[in-house]
Amino acid sequence: MKQKFNIIQSTCVPLPLENVDTDQIIPARFLKATTREGFGDNLFRDWRYNADGTPKKDFVLNNPKYSGEILVAGKNFGCGSSREHAAWAIADYGFRVVISSFFADIHKNNELNNFVLPVQVSEQFLAHLFESIKEDAKTLVTVNLPKQTVTNGKTGETEHFEINGYKKYCLENALDDIDFLLQNKDKIEAWEKANA
Amino acid sequence: MNTLFDKIWDKHVVQIVKDGPTQLYIDRLYCHEVTSPQAFAGLRRRGLKCFRPDHIYCMPDHNTPTHDQDKPIEDPISKKQVDTLAQNAKDFGLSYYGMLDPRNGIIHVVGPERGLTLPGMTIVCGDSHTSTHGAMGAVAFGIGTSEVEMVMASQCILQQKPKTMRITVNGRLGRGVTAKDLALYIMSKITTSGATGYFVEYAGEAVRNLSMEGRLTLCNLSIEMGSRGGMVAPDETTFAYLKGREFAPKGADWDKAVAYWKTLKSGNDAVFDKEVTFDAADIQPMITYGTNPGMGIAITARIPAAQSSSDKKALKYMDFQEGDAMLGKHVDYVFLGACTNGRIEDFRAFASVVKGHHKAEGLTAWLVPGSWEVKKQIEAEGLDKVLAEAGFEIRQPGCSACLAMNDDKIPAGKYSVSTSNRNFEGRQGPGSRTMLASPLTAAAAAITGVVTDPRTYLK
Ligand code: SF4
Repeated sequence: MKQKFNIIQSTCVPLPLENVDTDQIIPARFLKATTREGFGDNLFRDWRYNADGTPKKDFVLNNPKYSGEILVAGKNFGCGSSREHAAWAIADYGFRVVISSFFADIHKNNELNNFVLPVQVSEQFLAHLFESIKEDAKTLVTVNLPKQTVTNGKTGETEHFEINGYKKYCLENALDDIDFLLQNKDKIEAWEKANA
Repeated sequence: MNTLFDKIWDKHVVQIVKDGPTQLYIDRLYCHEVTSPQAFAGLRRRGLKCFRPDHIYCMPDHNTPTHDQDKPIEDPISKKQVDTLAQNAKDFGLSYYGMLDPRNGIIHVVGPERGLTLPGMTIVCGDSHTSTHGAMGAVAFGIGTSEVEMVMASQCILQQKPKTMRITVNGRLGRGVTAKDLALYIMSKITTSGATGYFVEYAGEAVRNLSMEGRLTLCNLSIEMGSRGGMVAPDETTFAYLKGREFAPKGADWDKAVAYWKTLKSGNDAVFDKEVTFDAADIQPMITYGTNPGMGIAITARIPAAQSSSDKKALKYMDFQEGDAMLGKHVDYVFLGACTNGRIEDFRAFASVVKGHHKAEGLTAWLVPGSWEVKKQIEAEGLDKVLAEAGFEIRQPGCSACLAMNDDKIPAGKYSVSTSNRNFEGRQGPGSRTMLASPLTAAAAAITGVVTDPRTYLK
């Protein structure tokens, strides 16, 4: 999960649906586990598998045409319950970027905390990207974190995206909050000394 | 600025991350069995130890049965969670107070009672009612499981600083009006989201006059107003409560600590982002009629007209009508306990009402002390005898029917008058109907079998 994030170039998995909620990303019955691993198998569980466990042929994750490290989804991705398990599932499945025109607030943070970069683009950029992927499943998208740009390789369109300075630093250096805090151990110890 | 909250928060700032959150040092991390396993698993995955194991205290409370604690827990899922916490505490070298340990109980009752929670501290726990500890003059708030892991690994947390709000209650509370009624009253006025985004400081004569137990009850309910936490500036009441407690400073350290604690109050020039004021004289014994803690009214009042579809849904769930009087409503169960009202003062209050009377025919009462220490004190004061004569039995400590994770569940459709903090649909068991109230009101219901104004029974 924790790899340094710099420039990612990849094909995409398109999910042109709006308001994908975290209950769909990972259904509630999978929240009882006591570890964070293995959630990827149940990512979009009820869209992906029939009740008997056989894959649903028409769902995009079961279509061999599409693969890659980038999930492209419709507006308001990750709404609903605040469960962090949704981000665990996306990361565990192998996605490193989610592109959408809007992200639910808590889920966006959960993605960032789990090394998945949410890239928020304009409606137009998103619409064109879905078209490009539909025409050519091999369309490459480039996400440049240092420059904060995203490029549709088929049309050449490029857009700027936002990310807060601290989180950008964490992603670029493959640090999560805990690593960041451990890296600042000297500061923690200095505080302890000053307040002993 | 220059509020009590600012003083404690600012002192604990390790750094403000550029373009990011504040790194805050945490003095105490409390862990219970439900929200900690993934945090421990995370540490293992990273090959980390706890950074400051002596700052972390663990105890099971949510799943513990309230009888036969000397026998293994019957429910396998509950047993597994409790056993996992014991093992994790052992593996990571943390203090652990298991079932039957004299220090065991609901973590929010045990912390203050053992002197683990002290004024000026920053305290977190993977539990929303961590707000309780604010009563001691601490900055205390609930956190998520990833954040629990963060604190275990570094004794720090990354947080945005919240806004501040002061709730001032002037005047004196009337006869039979308790801290619980005060909290239910505030909530009925500002709603359950009235303090969202703020950290609350309670002030004013009515708050100052509350006992330590009363302040703990008030701060416990802060989260039900939407606030992450609530606090009361420490004063002589706080110091008297803490003196001699197991983990409280002793001797010269005590004097030094008290001198510092005395500086912990909002300055005269303190600026809060929001101020709200109430008059204690307006407050009556309260009871809830709906399915969130903000749906409370004076016990003598009638249920107000529904304003929204969710109000209607709540009344339907409770099977109450608009305009109904609360007095005289049938009660099947009474629950005295929880981190809200499971302390010694609550048992004294309950006993004072039922003394010389008898438990109502057909009513079931669960009296669950918040800790073994509370149970011990009940026995030392002979309250158990008073209660036994009135037909009540004291159970063993834990969260119990507050959230019904153990086998203390209110059956579907039954009515309970409960001293806990949440009356959500199904909270006390699937289909259960909860009316939140004070220990005095719970006691009056327990001897009459109906919702009763406790003032009739005050001696
Ligand atoms: S008593 Fe109730 S509110 Fe308090 S910690 Fe236990 S379950 Fe939570």
